[in-house]
Amino acid sequence: MSEVRLAVNGQEHVLDVPVGTSLAHVLREEIGLTGTKIACNEGHCGACTVQVDGVPRLSCITLAHTVEGEVTTIEGLRDHPLVEAFVRADAVQCGFCTPGQVVSAAALVAANPRPTSEEIRHAMAGNICRCGTYPKIEEAILSWQG
Amino acid sequence: MARLIRTEKEVEGRFEEVWIVVEEDPLEQWPAGPLAVVGRPAPRQDAPLRVRGEARYTADVKLPGMLHAAVLRSPHAHARAKRIDLAPALALPGVRAAIGPGEAHGLDEEAGFSGAPVAAVAAETFGQARAAVKAVEVEWEELEVVLDPDDAVKRELLTEEPRRRERGDVERAFAEADVVVEATYRTQTVLHNSLETHQAVCEWQGDTLHVYISTQYIWGVRQTIAKTLGLPEDKVRVVCEFMGGGFGSKNSPDEYTFVAAELAKRTGRPVRCALTRHEEHTAAGNRNSTIQRLRAGARSDGTIVALDGEFTNSVGWSGWSSPTEGPMWMLYDCDNVRTVTYGAKLNTPFMKAFRAPGFAEGTFGLETLIDELAAKLDIDPLELRRRNYASSNNGVPFSSKNLEECYRRAEPHWERRHEVRSRSDAVWKRGVGMASQIWYGGGGPPSYAWIRLGSDGRATVVTAMQDIGTGTRTAMAQIAAEELGLPLEHVEVVLGDSARGPYASISAGSSTTPSMGPAVRAAAADAKRQVIEIAAQRHHLEERVLDIRDGKVVSADGNLSAPVEEVVGLLDEAQILGKGARGPNPTGMSVLTFGVHVVEVAVDVETGEVRVERVAAIHDVGRIVNPLGASSQVEGGVIQGIGHTLSEDRLLDPETGRVLTTSLDAYRMPTIADVPEIVCEFVDVPDEHLTNLGSKGLGEPPIVPIAAAIANAIRDATGAEVRELPISREEMLRALEAVKRRERRGDPAAV
Repeated sequence: MSEVRLAVNGQEHVLDVPVGTSLAHVLREEIGLTGTKIACNEGHCGACTVQVDGVPRLSCITLAHTVEGEVTTIEGLRDHPLVEAFVRADAVQCGFCTPGQVVSAAALVAANPRPTSEEIRHAMAGNICRCGTYPKIEEAILSWQG
Repeated sequence: MARLIRTEKEVEGRFEEVWIVVEEDPLEQWPAGPLAVVGRPAPRQDAPLRVRGEARYTADVKLPGMLHAAVLRSPHAHARAKRIDLAPALALPGVRAAIGPGEAHGLDEEAGFSGAPVAAVAAETFGQARAAVKAVEVEWEELEVVLDPDDAVKRELLTEEPRRRERGDVERAFAEADVVVEATYRTQTVLHNSLETHQAVCEWQGDTLHVYISTQYIWGVRQTIAKTLGLPEDKVRVVCEFMGGGFGSKNSPDEYTFVAAELAKRTGRPVRCALTRHEEHTAAGNRNSTIQRLRAGARSDGTIVALDGEFTNSVGWSGWSSPTEGPMWMLYDCDNVRTVTYGAKLNTPFMKAFRAPGFAEGTFGLETLIDELAAKLDIDPLELRRRNYASSNNGVPFSSKNLEECYRRAEPHWERRHEVRSRSDAVWKRGVGMASQIWYGGGGPPSYAWIRLGSDGRATVVTAMQDIGTGTRTAMAQIAAEELGLPLEHVEVVLGDSARGPYASISAGSSTTPSMGPAVRAAAADAKRQVIEIAAQRHHLEERVLDIRDGKVVSADGNLSAPVEEVVGLLDEAQILGKGARGPNPTGMSVLTFGVHVVEVAVDVETGEVRVERVAAIHDVGRIVNPLGASSQVEGGVIQGIGHTLSEDRLLDPETGRVLTTSLDAYRMPTIADVPEIVCEFVDVPDEHLTNLGSKGLGEPPIVPIAAAIANAIRDATGAEVRELPISREEMLRALEAVKRRERRGDPAAV
């Protein structure tokens, strides 16, 4: 066990977890933030995406002890206008990938408030949706400001 | 009055004769077209929970004291565990129990495929459980491995008796045909890859087993567990409020559920058993590969006179031989049809239903063959399909069929082919192809729903169905709101718990809406009748002049307009309770779904890259309840189908039978960057013979025609015949090379 300090959604956490524990595991199991999903647990699908200092990061292959900076999870983005845009556009089917999609999209629109379809496709290509919700996700991000 | 009837029940193209009790279904269908709520686009009611990460999936269930299980799997494609020693595992830190073959349903000494479950361990953490599984000592006796489907068929290693069917005289018809085309098509093994892996959490409370499971069939899980464990059904509670995808792979509880139940029993603690992504790729089922040897004969006027098919389903170690021959029997009006279908039993991971099992594969073969026939006949492919339009399903009338209307609406998309082709250049060749869709999707009884209407004028639909991500929760709310005359936001749906509602249908075979929708409407009508009776007595009016509209009880003359909460509010804490049951399907009729896809592709003839640029998907599934959710279903099916057609391929080591593509970087599913323009249209005419709703299912139809439409577009663009899925660059270049060889020989090009 080894101490880890994490700033998550504006809150400080001091935890004792084994070295080698993933950020996703700490968020879900230690802090109880289950909005971050684990679907492949090896960095291929994007379901576990969180932001570290505003940059998308695959939390399932990020070691908790290596994290420096502010972590933002879907729980910290629940009031983001993208949430309403996703709901309005029906950009959700089973919903298991959706929190990760919103976290990635939030990072995109923070850096580029009016992304083109091409920019959206580039930025979001790491978030797999097996239900194939992609056209609606693109629509949600294009119209996120209402 | 309840009626006992004998009826044919269909799920995923499989039929069985069953006894059912059906309630009268006296409700007239609503008129066609958008109504107050039904037929209008509605964002999903549960979307905020899902989008905000608040929805609780099985993956998020964390019970006090919960242990984690890991499963020991066979490294061999066929072997017997002669001796298993669990003691080294039990000695490791955190380990609380270990079980071997025969100690939980699904754990077997004989491993029939690489990945077959043999033993399991429960520990305080998943990491400890996984380490312990590796410590289990197994002495394996390796057995003969059969991997080749043709070899298995030759040796009669089959999962079931071959299905042989013939109508007419096929040989004579071929002898008399003006034109005959013959080709062999192959489809690959495809993985469901739901993002939430197969998993369950089991907990015993007294003699009741509580099962939290990612499933498409709460009641099927309950029944199977009760039967397997010898429990009364009410001693099994099954919960699935939200689930992260199934696509046919989660219709039943499998070893992970029984492992969790047994380990929970032995430890007295709740146990989670969740498959990893690698296990999902090796031991959670797949769409099986097929070989289709097909022949079609036609007269020079385009009349198809003979169809012949030999189909081999590579079922694997378990599963069933899906109706790959189905489209050949049902899509066209042809007097002479003969098919034989083999289910090869192999030492490979097992078949599980995957979105239109059999039909997705069979339509690729048949609809590509039809275009080869059209080319040889020099008849426009759309025209050829129209000339052979089926007016019945093997003599049984359709409850409704609007495929001709789909074809009519396809015309403007089909007309684009001249313009699309003209945009070809030396490298990128462009073309347009089409394919038709036929599939089931009628649903059926039994299915039940209750409605609770409170004194605040708000209604709750209670039924123990599941919403697997298709939006059926919202569709049910729309149906109830329409019938009750309430605004949609005054209706909620409670589902996902066998202890909290009546029996509900499986969410497979495109059946949730057509099975559950009529039950929900019947329950709402029952509640509405009671509200009107109360209002009639309170206001001294005749029931027949009263209706509920937009949350108010209104009289025909307009004199009464009382909010529902005022009428029901009279009763203070009392509630109006409605109940409804799904009526029978129409007797002597075939309930099917229809559609057509028109696809535009671009092919890089130097690298073999295929890009799907545009898909027009036109579907006839009866009444559309939620056009917004329906369009999402179609887009999802199209995109998944593009993956099946171009990139997805579960590969086995041909020597050992081990899965090589165990991760999501090796098994390539579509990303947002692969999505074409998708145009989605619905005929949206209620099936007048089908229930009080006239709606059919939509989950599967959009995946059925996509592969053939892409292959036909490739032929239109390049003249190349692709007959094997996936159409990888290698396969595309091979097909282009064949065109070049043919041209060198001076044979006429196909187009």
